[in-house]
Amino acid sequence: MTDIIGYILIMIGILFDVFGCIGLVRFPDVYNRLQASTKCVTLGTILLLVGVALVSGSGATGAKAIICAVFILITSPTAAHAIAKGAYASGVALWKNSVVDKYAEETDKR
Amino acid sequence: MRRLIYFVLAFVIWILLTWQIDAQVVIAGLIASAIVAFLFHEILPKEHRIFISPMRLFWLLVYVPVFFYYMMKANLDVVYRALHPKMPIKPGIVKIKTILKTESGITALANSITLTPGTLTVDLTDDGDPASRETFLYIHWINVKSDDIEQASKLIAQRFEWFLKKIFE
Repeated sequence: MTDIIGYILIMIGILFDVFGCIGLVRFPDVYNRLQASTKCVTLGTILLLVGVALVSGSGATGAKAIICAVFILITSPTAAHAIAKGAYASGVALWKNSVVDKYAEETDKR
Repeated sequence: MRRLIYFVLAFVIWILLTWQIDAQVVIAGLIASAIVAFLFHEILPKEHRIFISPMRLFWLLVYVPVFFYYMMKANLDVVYRALHPKMPIKPGIVKIKTILKTESGITALANSITLTPGTLTVDLTDDGDPASRETFLYIHWINVKSDDIEQASKLIAQRFEWFLKKIFE
């Protein structure tokens, strides 16, 4: 039973990873692409790891999978902040149809 | 105290990662945890009390399912926008204000915002006035509903602040 739930979680996880990649290709600029890649890939990978933990049962592999999931949850959004800030600092413009850019005022002040 | 908490935490993670109680492994773990805790405790988060306070840990446990609910919602939202043929996005960067004061609290808020519906933290800043100690976050929003600071803060940050205030402050 836990095996089946584990495999279902792994499948959902891979599905989210695929959707994240589709978003990565379709969205127009760096920031929107980061949105797709960070959210979908984080959740997809976490579901995948939880699925692996369920399938392998309690043991070294399960514990490692859960710890990896926690670390991905902490590090992945942090990396996204760094990339977004770096992209803005090096002058990557927002998509031409963007409606508002409050960050421009802040960077002008510096 | 602080060093001791981080020492125990590092050692527990080491044991979970290696998953064997063997003299060699335990001694190596003790040495590595001691180095981490005693040399690098200054760059580790200042809010170490969260690990020993039962109330804070309880709220952290309550926060996890709430957070996963929003994360699931966020993902379905992004998947919808990515797969829709017309791609219904209206992106922009807005500024929001947070009531949180501690470094860990603000970090947790920024990470939660990044992983939840249509928002991505780009940068954070204080208003240059040390007395008020207000922190502002710049958020890239995939579907801008309001560019007003108060309104956007309410829509983006409020649902997490209540929990994070209980956990970190």
